Amino acid sequence: MDKKQAVLKSKLMPDSLNSAEDIAKGSVQLLHAVGMHARPAVKLTKLAKRFESQIAMRVAGAVDWIDPKSVTKVMAMRAARDSIIEFEARGADAQAAVAALVRLVAQDFPDTSR
Amino acid sequence: MTQSAGSGALIFRGRTASPGFARGPLVRADQAQVGCRKPGSCQEEERALRRALAATNGQISALASAIGGDAAEILEFQLALLEDESLLEPIFAAIAGGTPADKAWSQCLAEQITDYRARPDEYLQARCVDVTDLRDRVLAALNGGASGLGRVPASAVVCAEDLPPSRFLEIDWSAGGGLALLQGSPTSHVAMLARARGVPMIVQLGEVPDNEATALLDGGQATLELDPSASRIADFEDRREAHARDSATARILLAGPPVAWRGETVQLYINIQGLADLSHPDAHYADGIGLMRTEFLFDDPAGLPDEETQFRVYETVLRWAGDRPVTIRTVDAGGDKPIRGFTEDGEANPFLGVRGLRLCLKHPEIFAVQLRALGRAAVQGKLKVMFPMVTVPAEFAAACDLFHRVVDDLRAARLPAALPELGIMVEVPAAALTIEAFPAAFFSIGSNDLAQYVTACDRTNGALGALIDPLNPGVLELIRRTAHHGTRHGISVSLCGDMAGDPRCAAALLNCGLREFSMSPPSLARVKQAIAALSSEGSGD
Repeated sequence: MDKKQAVLKSKLMPDSLNSAEDIAKGSVQLLHAVGMHARPAVKLTKLAKRFESQIAMRVAGAVDWIDPKSVTKVMAMRAARDSIIEFEARGADAQAAVAALVRLVAQDFPDTSR
Repeated sequence: MTQSAGSGALIFRGRTASPGFARGPLVRADQAQVGCRKPGSCQEEERALRRALAATNGQISALASAIGGDAAEILEFQLALLEDESLLEPIFAAIAGGTPADKAWSQCLAEQITDYRARPDEYLQARCVDVTDLRDRVLAALNGGASGLGRVPASAVVCAEDLPPSRFLEIDWSAGGGLALLQGSPTSHVAMLARARGVPMIVQLGEVPDNEATALLDGGQATLELDPSASRIADFEDRREAHARDSATARILLAGPPVAWRGETVQLYINIQGLADLSHPDAHYADGIGLMRTEFLFDDPAGLPDEETQFRVYETVLRWAGDRPVTIRTVDAGGDKPIRGFTEDGEANPFLGVRGLRLCLKHPEIFAVQLRALGRAAVQGKLKVMFPMVTVPAEFAAACDLFHRVVDDLRAARLPAALPELGIMVEVPAAALTIEAFPAAFFSIGSNDLAQYVTACDRTNGALGALIDPLNPGVLELIRRTAHHGTRHGISVSLCGDMAGDPRCAAALLNCGLREFSMSPPSLARVKQAIAALSSEGSGD
């Protein structure tokens, strides 16, 4: 890791966190008219799989975090319309992953996401 | 209009999933039984499953690229499941522990299927067909077969318990044909595909004899007729031809000004049983929502819906409707709609049992939650609330009292709330016969149950299809009484049963004095057209 990256990272994260890993968090409201159904779920898993970071998501307030790279888990999350979805990623591309996932949900799963 | 009894033909009724006409041989297309296979060592079993998964992936990918568009998106869900590590991990673990590949795969998928089937909304329940299809494809591949499903002849009326989208897409529909499902749902993927491709389709037919009869399928009327006589076939072909001519004109008319009958505007509302129904392209032409069913909210195995969940759904619907009226029916459980933890078990005759408002009054603590959500939603738009299965005025009074108390409580807690207009469903003959005794703000005639109770025919029994005729003079007489009571006292009366969406019933209903019809969104165009035609003929005796 070069110096520039290290400086950037120190701005983004509290000191107490493990410096070998990047951690990012984000949350967004689910606008999709029918909640987290098959098509949005497939789009979300496909996007999540493009990042190597470990990603977790949940409906705000839920106890369990789930893996957004698993379509089964995303469907089982039962996120309803208007619920708040939280993402948390750890890894080299954590910031980009959270930003992309938040954008996908915020833009209501556009068809041109590829 | 049901055919006259005694002509020898068999008519079955279900629910419309996609309108249109099909005539052809009835062909059963249920999944073939999976044969036995000899399991090998753990390593062999793991390799066998990996090969089967890859083969299935290949089949579905090929299908997806050949089809494109909406249908491909449906198949992508199945592909995503095949690539889902957290789904596959426990399966491979079981195989490593000595379970044969087919058993490990089926067991894991069975859990998924059960889970989807138990979901509260019809859309998610319908996903169990996609998962079942995936299970069967992989099992077929494990058994060394291709998908192993027989060819369907051109223009066949395909009959099955339910049908996965991938199977639908493998059938060549270019020469016509239709789909008759014994179970299934109008909101399943396969129903969406059928509508998009103009393939007529009926669901929930119940039971149909397994023979190779000639079948006449009328998707719009949700009827399947077997072994028809030459004259029935001629009649069917006339209907088909007329339908094709009229369809184009009907859509144009729907977007135009409202229709009137004898100088009075006729209101056309929609029935919805979930938020998805609002996305039908014709839904926004409706004058409002005449019946919103709420049973789908109560079907979650995790438990009964809380106030907030219900409030959000009601609020969404009211927001959609804007300044148009929305009539929400309080939960109508029981009868053929059991709800775990709420409806009575082991009733000998649930249609005549503790259902509808009877059940709600028995559980005021559950009922009050729905009334609180409705009272809060009432400030958001033009909400009307009606109670189902009312027999005597005392039940209506009890429900109104509870609602008043609930709204008082909400206001005392400084929550915005209002008492909506309160009305009743007219479906019990005793209520229709004593309609003057009910101080309701409006009435909505539930003609399906009314016909069932007046004709003493279980409406889920396909064998009674010819007898349970909503145009039975006894049924029409009760509709007329109710409508006339409304006219005389300036009380709104609508009808929200299947006959409201049947253009052939329009004349009879208008002649009964009815001016408000509530139907599923796909029926709007045809009904409006039928009323416009009657109106310009100036008919009506």
